[in-house]
Amino acid sequence: MTNQITAKTITDSEIFYGHKACAGCGGSLAVRIALKVLGERAISVLPAGCMSAVGFNYPHLCFSNNSIISTFAGTASMLTGVEAGARAVGIKNFKAVGLAGDGGTADIGIQALSGAIDRNDDILYICYDNEAYMNTGIQKSGLTPFGAKTTTTPSGENIHGNLRPKKNLFEIVAAHNISYAATASIGNLPDFINKIEKASKIKGTTYIHVVAPCPIGWGIPVNETIEIARKMIDCGLWYLAEYENGQFTLNKNPRDFSSIKDYLLSQGRFKHLDDADIEILAAQRDAKWAAIQKNWNTTKEEL
Amino acid sequence: MTKAFLSGNDAFAEGVRLARPQVISIYPITPQTTVVERISEMVEDSSLKSELIHVESEHSALSCAIGASAMGARTFTATSSQGLLYMAECLPYASGGRFPIVMMNANRSTALPWNIYGDQRDSLSQLDCGWIQVYVEDAQESLDMALQSYHIAENPLVSTPVMVNLDGFVLTHTYETVEIPSQTDADRFLPPFQTENKMSLDNPKNLAFSVGPDNNMEFKYLQHKAILGSKRIIEETDAKFAEIFGRSYGGLTQGYRLDDADYILITLGSITGLCREVVDELRERGEKVGLLKLRFLRPFPSDDLVAALGSAKAVGVLEKDISFGYEGTVYTNVNSVIAKNGLRLETYNFIAGLGGRDISRENITAIFRHLQTGGQHVNFIGLGVTIDD
Ligand SMILES: Cc1ncc(C[n+]2csc(CCOP(=O)(O)OP(=O)(O)O)c2C)c(N)n1
Ligand code: SF4
Ligand SMILES: [Mg+2]
Repeated sequence: MTNQITAKTITDSEIFYGHKACAGCGGSLAVRIALKVLGERAISVLPAGCMSAVGFNYPHLCFSNNSIISTFAGTASMLTGVEAGARAVGIKNFKAVGLAGDGGTADIGIQALSGAIDRNDDILYICYDNEAYMNTGIQKSGLTPFGAKTTTTPSGENIHGNLRPKKNLFEIVAAHNISYAATASIGNLPDFINKIEKASKIKGTTYIHVVAPCPIGWGIPVNETIEIARKMIDCGLWYLAEYENGQFTLNKNPRDFSSIKDYLLSQGRFKHLDDADIEILAAQRDAKWAAIQKNWNTTKEEL
Repeated sequence: MTKAFLSGNDAFAEGVRLARPQVISIYPITPQTTVVERISEMVEDSSLKSELIHVESEHSALSCAIGASAMGARTFTATSSQGLLYMAECLPYASGGRFPIVMMNANRSTALPWNIYGDQRDSLSQLDCGWIQVYVEDAQESLDMALQSYHIAENPLVSTPVMVNLDGFVLTHTYETVEIPSQTDADRFLPPFQTENKMSLDNPKNLAFSVGPDNNMEFKYLQHKAILGSKRIIEETDAKFAEIFGRSYGGLTQGYRLDDADYILITLGSITGLCREVVDELRERGEKVGLLKLRFLRPFPSDDLVAALGSAKAVGVLEKDISFGYEGTVYTNVNSVIAKNGLRLETYNFIAGLGGRDISRENITAIFRHLQTGGQHVNFIGLGVTIDD
């Protein structure tokens, strides 16, 4: 276990730097951390989205490892090709890693992702979830939560933002009987680092879904990205979990939740929500947690 | 060398086997399917050692091939019609990234209305996507061009993907005797794939990046220049192929009885064989007719056209295509060469074979009559109606 990378032993050297992400960008932190854990032998595939838009502007290229942009829908299929191609030309000890947004993963890219998991290709797919199509200017994706205001789900007198709940991509992925899947958050980097480390050592398709707030899209100050990510976990709207060997395991089992109202109303995108809207979100959360407590392995106490 | 009785698809699969692609992504669509079936069997019986990837769509088929090519692997995929259109986003992606993928396309009509039979509207709709486009005539040429295409695509001066088009059913499913070269000869012809345009651990790269207005046109100009430059590579490849295998196709075009021909028909693909027979019949009657088969549409064989058409009185373009609201796309391309070079001759367009409609010997004879007597410019063959521009 000596060469295990943890929050304490993670390298000081950088792989993803000099890019143009906004101040306080959660997505760029997720990508930066993931590549620091995976190292220079990672070959990364990023679809259209904020991280490719800020990192690949010729001649200003911001990845010191091998990296390539895929089509928006094609993260997983290109990863498959990269992995097979690398093996075919005799490259050893590398990791093909996808770094894709929520829209690129849960919407347009879900077919290719499903195909790759079905084939059990030896790839790691990381979805950095900022809960909207940010690169095109904050539009609703399948992972935008109920009530969130985006430019295509405006809030007015008639409609209070997005009408549909967030798709449960973690469980959709798990339903493929994938080798390993996990949720994570940049609000808990040690946990995220451990999961990347763990996934990278598993052969076959692995998936990590990391919540990565976007100050611009969420309407928060740029120095509160980590804090809001933590609040999301603390109030129960996100959870840290793993799926392995057909079993779901909850990694962090809070005794009680912090205020969901405080979490929501500290963000511009939820400012318009009234008590009834917040009740709906709280009820959805409680139903989810009841199912988790009933069906998942929850033996671990609060981390 | 061995001989076998093979369909166009089978022959193409043999050519792919001889080219030793390292990664192959497959997805079925009629009338391409038997190619990917043959290739799967070859991988199963180890006559082809390749990573065979069962993708879930054509978009993924090409996206996967791009990923593998970006690692420096030789790649193959195949499609047709709806599949070609479904992967359309990836076509300029592959060519813009200069990934020398070889793809077979079984020419088939595009919906709506649904139709699985052969016409060339699928590939011609993608003429501008930056790929080299080849149209082959028979099973032997299918096999030979599978092999030649890698030689052209992977030349570092070209570094451009190649789409090889086989007429659906008429060629893909028609059996002929085909010479299958030995692996030793194939290896002599086609060396292993080497490229600088790849990611490697020794020399990490960022590929498929964004290029803004300041530099974008330079990238596009270089791409255009490379495809224009591929004309010479195509001819050199044909010459090298002839040296090793004894078969030559003449490069970008293949002429037939063009000396002193006053009336020339331009064809592409499998209909050429029947047109040659009609030329022979008419020649026997003393009529000065000839034929020019376009083997490549990109790069466009402008010089060959000028040389072939220079002293003709009239030229016809027979194509299984219509650019709705104008005329056949090949006709437009031919006319542009004629206009730019100040050639003085009449040109006619014959739209035929849409959705797999048969093109008969009588149709072709009537086309030559039309060239001789003149008439309307854009003609739909076999409809019994007259539509002019
Ligand atoms: C086929 C296609 N459709 C649409 C787009 C436009 N587009 C580019 S990035 C993007 C949003 C990406 O959202 P997400 O995947 O969540 O990543 P983020 O920008 O939030 O990091 C969209 C819609 C595209 N590039 N390609
Ligand atoms: S818009 Fe949001 S996700 Fe995109 S770079 Fe800025 S902070 Fe990051
Ligand atoms: Mg997003």
